[in-house]
Amino acid sequence: MGERLLEVNDLSVHFATEDGVVHAVDGVSFELERGKVLGIVGESGSGKSVTAMTVMGLTRDINARFGGEVNYQGRNLLELSDAEMQNYRGNEIGMIFQDPMTSLNPVYRIGEQIVEAIQTHEKMDKRGAQRRAVELLRQVGIPNPEQRVDDFPHQFSGGMRQRAMIAMALSCNPSILIADEPTTALDVTIQAQIIELISRLKDDFNSAVIMITHDLGVVADIADEILVMYAGRVVERAATRDLFYDPQMPYTWGLLGSIPRLDRPRPERLHSIKGAPPSVINMPPGCKFRPRCPHAFEKCVEEPELENRVETPGHLDRCWLDVDVKRSVRGATIAGEAPEAA
Amino acid sequence: MSTNGSGAPLIEVKHVKKYFPIRKGLLQREVARVHAVDDVSFAVREGETLGLVGESGCGKSTLGRTIVRLLEPTDGQILFEGQPIEKLGARRLRPLRRQMQMVFQDPYASLNPRKRVGQIIGDPLKIHGLGDKRERKAQVEALLETVGLSPEHYNRFPHEFSGGQRQRIGIARALALRPKLVVADEPVSALDVSIQSQMLNLLEDLQNEFKLTYIFIAHDLGVVRHVSDRIAVMYLGKLVELSPAEELYQRPIMPYTEALLSAVPVPDPDLAAKRERIVLEGDVPSPINPPSGCRFHPRCRYATQVCSEVEPPLADYGNGHLAACHHPLNVDAATLAAVHAAPESPAEADESALPHDSSGESHPVSGETGHPGQSLD
Repeated sequence: MGERLLEVNDLSVHFATEDGVVHAVDGVSFELERGKVLGIVGESGSGKSVTAMTVMGLTRDINARFGGEVNYQGRNLLELSDAEMQNYRGNEIGMIFQDPMTSLNPVYRIGEQIVEAIQTHEKMDKRGAQRRAVELLRQVGIPNPEQRVDDFPHQFSGGMRQRAMIAMALSCNPSILIADEPTTALDVTIQAQIIELISRLKDDFNSAVIMITHDLGVVADIADEILVMYAGRVVERAATRDLFYDPQMPYTWGLLGSIPRLDRPRPERLHSIKGAPPSVINMPPGCKFRPRCPHAFEKCVEEPELENRVETPGHLDRCWLDVDVKRSVRGATIAGEAPEAA
Repeated sequence: MSTNGSGAPLIEVKHVKKYFPIRKGLLQREVARVHAVDDVSFAVREGETLGLVGESGCGKSTLGRTIVRLLEPTDGQILFEGQPIEKLGARRLRPLRRQMQMVFQDPYASLNPRKRVGQIIGDPLKIHGLGDKRERKAQVEALLETVGLSPEHYNRFPHEFSGGQRQRIGIARALALRPKLVVADEPVSALDVSIQSQMLNLLEDLQNEFKLTYIFIAHDLGVVRHVSDRIAVMYLGKLVELSPAEELYQRPIMPYTEALLSAVPVPDPDLAAKRERIVLEGDVPSPINPPSGCRFHPRCRYATQVCSEVEPPLADYGNGHLAACHHPLNVDAATLAAVHAAPESPAEADESALPHDSSGESHPVSGETGHPGQSLD
């Protein structure tokens, strides 16, 4: 067992807006150990990004209400002042964002931006920081880093910009790297490069990674554990192999079934989850997935707790269906053979 | 599905080139050219779906736009129902615009935020003078239903919709004029996987209902497989492989296609760990000074001397499977002996430079390596 870096307990994040209270995150718990990769998977609006940004202290706002704890090496980050949080942000927890196009400043050179990140967090002279920036660019696989360090973001391709973002996030040796959809804006070939890079750097820097994505395929071979989020809640949580080979939540089946797969014969039609996620302001009562679930029955009007319902310890889900029923009905959905959910 | 597309060619692309000049200085002299599309030929039959695949910067979007004549080709011929359209002016193109429509990638940027949905979808009808106001409204409402939205959405603004719903609006707009050809440029890559599959199913339904011909542009071979009858793979402005859809997955000939296939994530941890992932080094080279010979050779793991010197012709491997490669994969000796240069081959390629080594000898192929094309179930 590695050293436990992060412990999130019953985290909730609500935002007061003109239209009502947005329940962005409700009762989310997880732990992260050094050397591990945690995948957080869900659709847009499921609360996966808000969860990660709250860990980074980026959702602090006058309208935000927090509940629960975010314990980083024994300290609750939610209780820190903004100034104290600044010592953790970047130094202890680094983050890379989805769109490398908009997260780099177009009017500053790549090197300057990395140097700024280093100098914000560490006492280091400019020359030292510059040397470090070149070294970091080399580590993330930028060719000719001595020259490219003076380039502007527009001179980098999408994949290279994401590499530069990763270099910046790693500039202060954080223990945790949060990657929020790091490959969604990139080509599949570049996506493969970036995932491999993140996985290698995790070992080089002896850190832990939280990888956020809407595509289960992306985390299949790098995550150790996966949280599936829906409507601000964790609806299933399991070790990666258990999640893929013994998924318990119909929502997870739907996610698995809607991926066009190359390793299987082409189905007549792709499975798709009908409809859209519920509004986070007016949530339906009971199980939040019920309106879209083809297997919903009377009991689903009560909301199920996130509990261990199978033999494997640590495999939690929120579904009332009997485990044996699940195992017999899920196959068609996951294989993408089932017709669209009614 | 593969039953589609038995008809006559609806669109023929013949040796089309699209170069963008780079101008510099006071006199705006042309100093270089971006070779976005460089001598590409293929035909799309009526009712067929052609998938057009490649990385960013390979020219697939430029080609799509050139086909619907949003861009004028630098050279080459484009035939729509046998009629050349590459040189037509705006006025003579107008009636053709009704036949060819586009669906764009970004559902946020491709809808005017200040127009109501009814206007966005109804404008094409208005421009072409179809129907009076009442008829148009009825048509737009019917279209909204066809794409899975509700007629009550007529008076809403784009910002009131989610990404998937917006893409439906974009599709409804493209269908308003009952086109024959729809060029869909990465229509699902900005969407969540769960919404992606809804959209792919919708496009398939609409194809059957309206007898549409699609050119479907994407960078993800997984997505393309579900909609395409045939697939064209592009690299740096060149067509490098063209094949019936399933065959491309079972038997990729061009090493670039093999690499693209292996980059598609597999949602199966054991299989993902087992299979060989060919990670292409670096990015696509600059299309301003493309590499000599085979444009893929600097990133190709099978490249030899000849690859950097001679541009390979598009060779015909039978069954409509074309590929441009000196070291083809997954080809047996008999097929190799029968290979001949296809008429789609670029003019600059050396037609005599047909591949001679069979894959079995020159490099180990798939088999036990767990190639994604090989069904393991």
